[in-house]
Amino acid sequence: MSQADLTMGGRPAGLTAGPAFSVPAKKMAMWLFIIADTATFAACLVAYGFIRNATPNWPRPFHSITNVAIMTFILVTSSLTMLIGVRAARAGDKAGALRWTFITAAAGILFALLHVREWLALIAEGMTLFKNPWGTGLFGSAFFSITGLHLTHVTGGVIALIVVGIRYKGSRYNADDLEILGLYWHFVDMVWMFVVPLVYLLNLAH
Amino acid sequence: MTTAEEHKAKGSGKDLVVYLCVLALAAIQFVIAYQNIDGSQMFVRMLIVAVIEAGLALLFFMHLAENRGLLWFVVIFTVFVLLAMQYGWTDSFRLSVGVAGAK
Repeated sequence: MSQADLTMGGRPAGLTAGPAFSVPAKKMAMWLFIIADTATFAACLVAYGFIRNATPNWPRPFHSITNVAIMTFILVTSSLTMLIGVRAARAGDKAGALRWTFITAAAGILFALLHVREWLALIAEGMTLFKNPWGTGLFGSAFFSITGLHLTHVTGGVIALIVVGIRYKGSRYNADDLEILGLYWHFVDMVWMFVVPLVYLLNLAH
Repeated sequence: MTTAEEHKAKGSGKDLVVYLCVLALAAIQFVIAYQNIDGSQMFVRMLIVAVIEAGLALLFFMHLAENRGLLWFVVIFTVFVLLAMQYGWTDSFRLSVGVAGAK
């Protein structure tokens, strides 16, 4: 075996192999973050399910699905606008990419505002982290923890969309960076698909 | 129309179809919520719909369908973690209905 087989450009040959799964390092890092975050949300939802299953007088405080339906529509639609933005960036349409990225951020802000409005309405009805007028106090802590964690992700995503959008405009970031941020945004949307049935729809007052 | 524009238009069409499917599935979850069925059945049905929704988002919104290697990595890793979290369910039933055979 020659020396050239063992080293390439002064590095061991193994280190010069292509990226894992042919995915660039930044994108791979986002995927690993998404997997770890999936475990976080799954732990919260499984713990919530455990408490709900083991508690006899679980409250069902939601009388209307209108607000959560609108929030769902906004978040799913924001995933579409993000996709359009990334496709525009890939096609070299910088203005279009920027426009759709900011539309996605606006949708995220609207979602967060509706979420806060819903929280305030529940708080006005007497719900806190530790007590509520409908049954076990655990409901408040479970509800605020899960939806709060999700809202934190949405807020972080909106900030990231604005920052990456501005830097993309100034050519400091490129289409790859927008796509990686898009992965995060779709993940936030995906988590909501599980939060809605488990936290809202199963707790509808019939 | 240039090749890049054609590609963009074709991709956008697929995105729109997937988006409409996800919206329709979300609507199905809301319909299930108003069905007059047992709570556990409702839970299972909603969860199945949510998994399909998430699958569509993973495959097409997050483009995992285009990278089989990464798809298997993500699915195997995530499913393993999710399954590992299920061991506590029997204990939650014990808390609500008591230990089987105990007085």
